[in-house]
Amino acid sequence: MNTQIGETILKVDNLEVSYGSIKALKGISFEVKQGEIVSLIGANGAGKTTTLRALSGIVDATGSIQLGGINLIGKKPFEIVKMGLAQSPEGRGVFPNLTVFENLEMGAYTRSDKAGIAADIEMCFGLFPRLKERANQLSGTMSGGEQQMLAISRALMAKPKVLLLDEPSLGLAPRIVSQIFEIVEKVNSQGVTVLLVEQNARMALKVAHRAYVIETGKVTMTGRGLDLLNDDQVRRSYLGV
Amino acid sequence: MQDFLQHLLNGISLGSIYALIALGYTMVYGILQLINFAHSDVYMVGAFAAYYVASLVGLQDSPGFSTLLVLLAASMVACSLLALAIERLAYRPLRKAPKLNILITAIGVSLFLQYFGQAVFGAEPKKFPAVLENKVLVSVAGVDVKTFDIAVLFITVVMMLVLNFIIFKTKLGKAMRAVSTNMKVASMMGVNTDRIIAFTFIVGSSLAGVGSVLVGMKYPSIDPLMGTLFGLKAFVAAVLGGIGSIPGAVLGGIIMGLSEEMVVAYLSSTYRDALAFGILIVILVFKPSGLLGKSQIEKV
Ligand SMILES: Nc1ncnc2c1ncn2[C@@H]1O[C@H](COP(=O)(O)OP(=O)(O)OP(=O)(O)O)[C@@H](O)[C@H]1O
Ligand SMILES: [Mg+2]
Repeated sequence: MNTQIGETILKVDNLEVSYGSIKALKGISFEVKQGEIVSLIGANGAGKTTTLRALSGIVDATGSIQLGGINLIGKKPFEIVKMGLAQSPEGRGVFPNLTVFENLEMGAYTRSDKAGIAADIEMCFGLFPRLKERANQLSGTMSGGEQQMLAISRALMAKPKVLLLDEPSLGLAPRIVSQIFEIVEKVNSQGVTVLLVEQNARMALKVAHRAYVIETGKVTMTGRGLDLLNDDQVRRSYLGV
Repeated sequence: MQDFLQHLLNGISLGSIYALIALGYTMVYGILQLINFAHSDVYMVGAFAAYYVASLVGLQDSPGFSTLLVLLAASMVACSLLALAIERLAYRPLRKAPKLNILITAIGVSLFLQYFGQAVFGAEPKKFPAVLENKVLVSVAGVDVKTFDIAVLFITVVMMLVLNFIIFKTKLGKAMRAVSTNMKVASMMGVNTDRIIAFTFIVGSSLAGVGSVLVGMKYPSIDPLMGTLFGLKAFVAAVLGGIGSIPGAVLGGIIMGLSEEMVVAYLSSTYRDALAFGILIVILVFKPSGLLGKSQIEKV
């Protein structure tokens, strides 16, 4: 990890989200610096996905979300993408009726630099050669791992200031999981800032510069990835040792 | 045999028009999972828009190519604007409401347009302007191929090609396909979903506008309730093909037109309208997803 860590690019303060009467986020605060990989880990239902949904404007939230100093609260999802947050959602959400190539083009929807888009599609094909082989295949017919590669690539196509990844390891074989995390590190080393949500705490802490532990809608712990990996409480609760 | 070929031609011609209307139902359903009951009344307003524009510019009785173009443009623009207004004022505010609420709203809009039409246009039928002269162009194997049939087929095919181009070759079309499979994720790609939905309404209602002029040409009597039965048949055509499926709407429309023509020709014209309901019942019992509809397969 040779990326230069810079200024804070994403700053979340006291974020609250409710689904009806259920309060899913009870005031979450964290920040992401330029060039970092930051992981959010936590058990099922802790509020990780909800946090990313709030960042993308899919659910209404209160509190503050500052991206490069601009508040995102109340902005529409498509405006937020233009401002520089792109997400690979939980469950991948590839468009099954679109080809791999078209999915990638959809990722670049907010861009109009044709040459840049073409170059970035090639870049994604470089990261995941499998996608290149399948360029004209309908993405709904691909395997789960291939779809995950596509979902990550598609989010990259937006050239985001911060790349949001929700459980990229969900449901994948261990070999594919380590491959996916290698790519995340590689992309990061090329300068992409990453906010990673994971249940696979071991992997998430290993690759992260810093991490936050979320429990029932609150941040309960934070620190460097490797420190948390060696923390007794984290090891007991999230690493099963 | 000669009779049969003639009926075949008539049936395809009628079916093409059903297909044009069915596309509007299926596209809006595909994107909003809404059966847009007001679609048939938008179609009716399109016919009246063409009627009034024709009398405004003095084209009631001068059939010809330019008249056809003027009427098509008038109807397509009127249908688009009306559908945009309906979407903006009636459907968009309910985007997050339960589906049933929007469905009931759609029925309300439909009734409103029917009463509005009766109040403003008058309840008595009006004579649609002469669009083209219906001449026998060629006789093939004893079958008279007339201007109307050729015009209907040609216009429908052109419309299908344009639609196909929009959906599969343009950025907007790609966004339409994305929004119709997963609106939430499409918005995460930076798609302004409201705009894509509005665009879908424009496309669907423009096709209805085209359909209304073709119907006015073939059956030149229009009235504010003309959309009810015709729209219902087009809707059944969309369900038959698989609601949400664009090729399905075309196939369903053609089958609907053909079977209606054949039933009238070889059984009895009393069954003409019962046929649509018969088809609807059969399809709902045996294959609710329609001929080309997908029974949703989702990968987890
Ligand atoms: N659409 C929804 N409606 C109601 N409650 C919801 C909704 N989505 C999430 N919740 C609730 O909000 C809480 C946080 O859910 P969230 O999906 O953010 O958890 P998570 O940390 O991503 O969990 P997992 O690791 O299982 O994906 C849970 O209690 C969940 O039941
Ligand atoms: Mg989750």
